[in-house]
Amino acid sequence: MITLGVPSKGRLMEKTFQWFAARGIEMRRTGSDRDYGAEVADMPIDLRLMSAGEIPRELAAGRIHLGVTGSDLVQERIPAWDQAVEVLAEMGFGHADLIIAVPAWWVDVRTLEDLDAVAADFRATHGHRLRIATKYHRLVRDFLRDAGVADYQLIDSQGATEGTVAHGTAEAIADITSTGETLRANHLAILEDGLIHRSEATLFRSRGAHWTDSSRAALGKLEERLR
Amino acid sequence: MTLKSDIRAEAEALQAIFTDAVPVEAPMLVSAGTLLDLYGEDIRSRAFTTHDPDRGEMMLRPDFTVPVVQMHMAGGAEPARYTYLGEVFRMQDAGSGRPTEYLQLGYEVFDRAAPLMADAEVFALMFKALDGLPIRAVTGDIGILLAAIEALDTTDARKAALRRHVWRPRRFRALLDRFTGAVPAPKGRADYLKAAEEQGLAALIAKAGPPIGLRTTDDLAARLERLRAEAEAAPIDATEAEVLVSLLSLKVQLSDATSALRNFAVDLPGLQPAVTRFADRIDALSEAGVAVNDILFEASYGRTQMEYYDGFVFGLLGPVPGEPPLATGGRYDALTRQLGGGREIPAVGGVIRPEQVHALREARA
Repeated sequence: MITLGVPSKGRLMEKTFQWFAARGIEMRRTGSDRDYGAEVADMPIDLRLMSAGEIPRELAAGRIHLGVTGSDLVQERIPAWDQAVEVLAEMGFGHADLIIAVPAWWVDVRTLEDLDAVAADFRATHGHRLRIATKYHRLVRDFLRDAGVADYQLIDSQGATEGTVAHGTAEAIADITSTGETLRANHLAILEDGLIHRSEATLFRSRGAHWTDSSRAALGKLEERLR
Repeated sequence: MTLKSDIRAEAEALQAIFTDAVPVEAPMLVSAGTLLDLYGEDIRSRAFTTHDPDRGEMMLRPDFTVPVVQMHMAGGAEPARYTYLGEVFRMQDAGSGRPTEYLQLGYEVFDRAAPLMADAEVFALMFKALDGLPIRAVTGDIGILLAAIEALDTTDARKAALRRHVWRPRRFRALLDRFTGAVPAPKGRADYLKAAEEQGLAALIAKAGPPIGLRTTDDLAARLERLRAEAEAAPIDATEAEVLVSLLSLKVQLSDATSALRNFAVDLPGLQPAVTRFADRIDALSEAGVAVNDILFEASYGRTQMEYYDGFVFGLLGPVPGEPPLATGGRYDALTRQLGGGREIPAVGGVIRPEQVHALREARA
């Protein structure tokens, strides 16, 4: 038996069910819509419907063997994520890009190099570091360190991040976008080299879970269907 | 498993060498804002952050330098010599197995009188404290790097940009290549300057969107002037840039370093005063009893980890490559200015990691 955590609601759950169904693995809910019970037909899999945001934590702790969630959440929330989990399949849906965007009227800022130069000027003129609103602290910090951007600060924003610039609580944002429509509506423009991570729904295997002969056999059976 | 008490005993024995210094204590919780302003957001991946209901975000001290400088600048007598012993806290990479809390034994000198002698004094004391252990000494001089940037025949704006990124080797190199013309100006830069010239900045802005955020149209106008000046500035001379690049990779015995640096100063004459200071420091080290023949000089030593040092830097390394140094230190005059609220004082100091010293003694026993 292996435990598999999948998103408990919305399009992400539907698409996950469809993805497995297309590979001959039928998932179905038991009970009503409000009940989080679920099962897999004819497979030694203990299916658990969970909040997509909690699946990275459960994978990292080894409390589930497998989990479906966005690669952005795994990379943001699990330190040294590639040591803790392994990618079994990129599932081809739930696409979203984590990007850096600045006010569209900043006609002199196109690249990270511009952003860095403006951050230095901004600190000298305004007396504090240029604020970037995000909930992806680790990914953004690592990305900006690699790019050699200094004199910025991250402001935590757990929602409506695109609005922070107009509200005066940040100068720039780092957030996920799929079509860019919300960014445009909020008068923000993506930096040309500002793509931090291309996220999609991904099936992960926890390296730290308890892998017995029987759970390995169950994984083998599952992987046969996924091929 | 080594007992914490054994390491503390080792530390206390080592501290006996700093008899002339005033023992000081420092708070364990330091204002996160102060550290963030000094080190930038990267400190969040190195220090533990916590929250105080009254004082806001705090960090467990990642070192003593900042609190000791703050304490001194708030009213310490001059000159001053301090020693301290206590835990510091460092977040480590997941899975690295490195300790997240360990003792640091330190010695800091705030003295206007003779900075080079103070450099030598700190180094000699650290060296003496570890007497009898198989250590290799490496020294560097961030002051030489800063002087080499200052000596370039180019605009102040370019020097400021290079100085700002001296701690980030890749970014530094990219900037230098841009300034010599080896790499062309960023894509779209010429188009932007042309459009601003033809249509006017105000019209470009009006077309692009409403002026949201704290940055002002004056900020954009000022940067436009800087970008124009940058586009018109003559490239940095290839020979000068080459000197800077070879200087950054210089690694020689300390006893040969002065003549090597003098050669660089032939092509970059502005470097001469810094080289003279460097030679005087070597004399001061010899006078302090340091065998300079056995010491390595690496011009870039400390360039990537020791962000507040701006002069002499050193590390005393054990025999196992990859292990943290037994002792490190250096000069940090600029830090006292940043934390001094309008005042400053030349300062130099060093720390020993007693648990590393203890482990080395155990391994040899």
